[in-house]
Amino acid sequence: MGFFLLSAVFFLNTAFSDEDRPDFGGMFVTAGIGDARTLVPILASDSASGEIVGMIFNGLVKYDKDIKLTGDLASSWEIQNDGLTIIFHLRKNVKWHDGLPFTAEDVKFTYEKLIDPNVPTPYSGDFKKIKSLEIIDSHTVKVTYIEPFSPGLSSWGMAVMPKHLLAGENLLLTKFSRHPIGTGPYNFKRWKTGQRIDLVSNHEYFEHRPYIDRYIYKIIPDISTMFLELQTKTIDSMGLSPLQYKRLTDTPHFKKNYNKYKYPSFGYTYMAYNHENELFKDIRVRQAINYAVDKQEIIDGVLLGYGKICTGPFIPESWAYNENVRPFPFDTNKAKRLLKEAGWSDTDGNGYIDKKGKDFAFTILTNQGNDLRIKTAEIIQRRLKGVGIKVEIRVLEWAVFLNEFVNKKRFEAIILGWGLSRDPDCYDIWHSSKTKPGEFNFIGYSNPDCDKLLEEGRRTFDIEKRKEIYHRIQEILYEEQPYLFLYVPDALVSMSNRFKGIKPEPIGLGYNFIDWYVPKAEQRYKSK
Amino acid sequence: MLRYITKRILQLIPVLIGITIISFIVIHLAPGKPTDMASQLNPKVSQEAREQLEKIYGLDKPIYIQYISWIKKVATFDFGRSFVDGRPAIKKILERMPITVLINVLSIILIFFVAIPLGIKSAVRRGSVFDKTSTVFVFIMFAAPGFWLALLLMSFFGVKLGWVPVSGIASLDFENFSILGKILNVGHHLILPVLVASLGSLAGISRYMRQSMLNVIHQDYIRTAWAKGLGEKDILYKHALKNALLPIITIIGLSIPGLLSGSVIFETVFNIPGMGRLMVEAVFSRDYNVVMCGLVISALLTLLGNLIADVAYSYADPRIRYGR
Repeated sequence: MGFFLLSAVFFLNTAFSDEDRPDFGGMFVTAGIGDARTLVPILASDSASGEIVGMIFNGLVKYDKDIKLTGDLASSWEIQNDGLTIIFHLRKNVKWHDGLPFTAEDVKFTYEKLIDPNVPTPYSGDFKKIKSLEIIDSHTVKVTYIEPFSPGLSSWGMAVMPKHLLAGENLLLTKFSRHPIGTGPYNFKRWKTGQRIDLVSNHEYFEHRPYIDRYIYKIIPDISTMFLELQTKTIDSMGLSPLQYKRLTDTPHFKKNYNKYKYPSFGYTYMAYNHENELFKDIRVRQAINYAVDKQEIIDGVLLGYGKICTGPFIPESWAYNENVRPFPFDTNKAKRLLKEAGWSDTDGNGYIDKKGKDFAFTILTNQGNDLRIKTAEIIQRRLKGVGIKVEIRVLEWAVFLNEFVNKKRFEAIILGWGLSRDPDCYDIWHSSKTKPGEFNFIGYSNPDCDKLLEEGRRTFDIEKRKEIYHRIQEILYEEQPYLFLYVPDALVSMSNRFKGIKPEPIGLGYNFIDWYVPKAEQRYKSK
Repeated sequence: MLRYITKRILQLIPVLIGITIISFIVIHLAPGKPTDMASQLNPKVSQEAREQLEKIYGLDKPIYIQYISWIKKVATFDFGRSFVDGRPAIKKILERMPITVLINVLSIILIFFVAIPLGIKSAVRRGSVFDKTSTVFVFIMFAAPGFWLALLLMSFFGVKLGWVPVSGIASLDFENFSILGKILNVGHHLILPVLVASLGSLAGISRYMRQSMLNVIHQDYIRTAWAKGLGEKDILYKHALKNALLPIITIIGLSIPGLLSGSVIFETVFNIPGMGRLMVEAVFSRDYNVVMCGLVISALLTLLGNLIADVAYSYADPRIRYGR
């Protein structure tokens, strides 16, 4: 999986002193397990495509190193009419890789494609809330929303596409999907299907010419093979598994040649309950399960300690995170007491608690191919047995899991993970209107207070006010335990130490890629 | 003979159509749709967007209508486009085929060159130390999981000794090489994969060869040859081997469809962009057009392979003649 996050973002760094003035040249080779699917930005939904698109294209806005929105193709913006209108002032000196200027027409074209019913883009949702998009002049765009929609601003991080190359093209069939032209720091060079994608630096890039000349994304589907390639230095960087990070990289050879980085990933893993199931309707039962499961034990066992306990729908690095929400301690006695209050006790002496003659038993479903989730399920199974709950585990193929079980609500509990966007809006996951098949509140959670806050959160633009709203949402959700929130895993990355200028920040590593460089003496593969 | 072949080829058509119907139904029966993969559990994709996607691809129609429109297109050799990246399915398959075929052909050659002499020798020296050690060796190779063996060899020859590249089929600066350099580079990359692909199959072929040879050398005509006072070489390699090789022809015929199919695990570990990975990825993402195109091609090759084996067999063995 790519480790430069989907919206790979870049940041101008001017603070180099004279002695470490970076050299141009060199090549950066990274690897991912999957090939890209399409490089048409609004159709790219997998992580490999997203990573490459992020190198070639820019959005109007982006997140900076502290996860705050800043201008990208837009140099500034104004929010008017209580958030109904956003006016973007676009940068004036930006050129597409083919030399033509970037203008407001391109923004309008991208918007029109995003809402075109014949374009199968997964990103249309946020843009359908727009009433109109007007071009004020060649470098000013006015966007009017149907109602104030604060996540709308960050949705303009969507890569802008060139009108002059794509107007009249069918985006599904266009050659552009394999020969993209963008405004970004790297130009597309070559794509050998299933093997690698080559990019070269854009000397005209509007921030500055990237120091590293070539960027290569190699496709290596097996993570053990990838690790062997890393050791033979045929790749420079890869994401590591906890085991690789902790043990296999603990060798003199490795320490001499590589740096390791660790930062929280933007997502969390949870166990969701089906709220239509009688077993989980009682809040005391859900809370008891949270007391009965040792979250730290799961992190230590499954992630080898590389993660944090999750206390709600936001990760600790987000501004929406409420640090006053503390994780429930591991307390078996309290769990047993709560279960007893809810009417569950072991009356027949078979080791499992029961009520009306039926044992407390349920099945955890999870998807194939994710060992971490399966191991997590096993630890939960063992801990719940300690309070007299019988748990079975079933592992299913992804498509079957989603279609036959999740979407049809045929489950008792499931273990899954959410990847989060940088904006904290989580309306689609928790709002009671989002429970239809295929929607994301598949657990059927409903809380009028929470609904109201979610609606308010996406109407409010003032970040301090939004903070209060999301802090409250987090309190409600952690108290109510619609999910058993488990952990926020760390992203673990190793990188050849030839690369200088890397500065880990809350956003991750890739945000300042154009400032990375390799000293001349250490450059390999001199470009011809 | 010609009439027989024509008849057999005509018989292939209904069989092929039957195969397509069954495969089409089976892959559509599997839960999930091609459009799910891009859209499901992605909080940014709305329900309407998903339904709209299905409509664009015609997935909302009944299955028999989908089949009819598919078979109509296939009749004109149009296999449709991949749901994943919009490229023609046949193109995706054709670009993956050469490397898979190359590795399979090379490893079949290697297998036959090693396994046939091994089998003959074991048969002739039946019960000897050579027979026993080679049997133990080939069965260990047969039993060892391919990916495990591959990783061990990669780690030893690739990382520790640095003799061969760890994975992939070409170096990073491949584009700058001369033609000869390119061939050598690919060859260098293929040493380990071909070796690993062959090791596991040695057991099968060498056992076949041994058994077949044993059968033959106990025949009367071989005893006659001994009695005539012919030399050992003549008897074994002229008289016996010719007949003992007959079953091997069938095996070669049957391995023709196998030439196209790559093993996923093997291709994944060695990072070879071949057919195995393509097909499994296509199945997991329910990429119907690519799966069907691959199935049609391999069904066709299986049927043709059987036909070729039958014909070659009747040609090689005068005792068997079809069509009479």
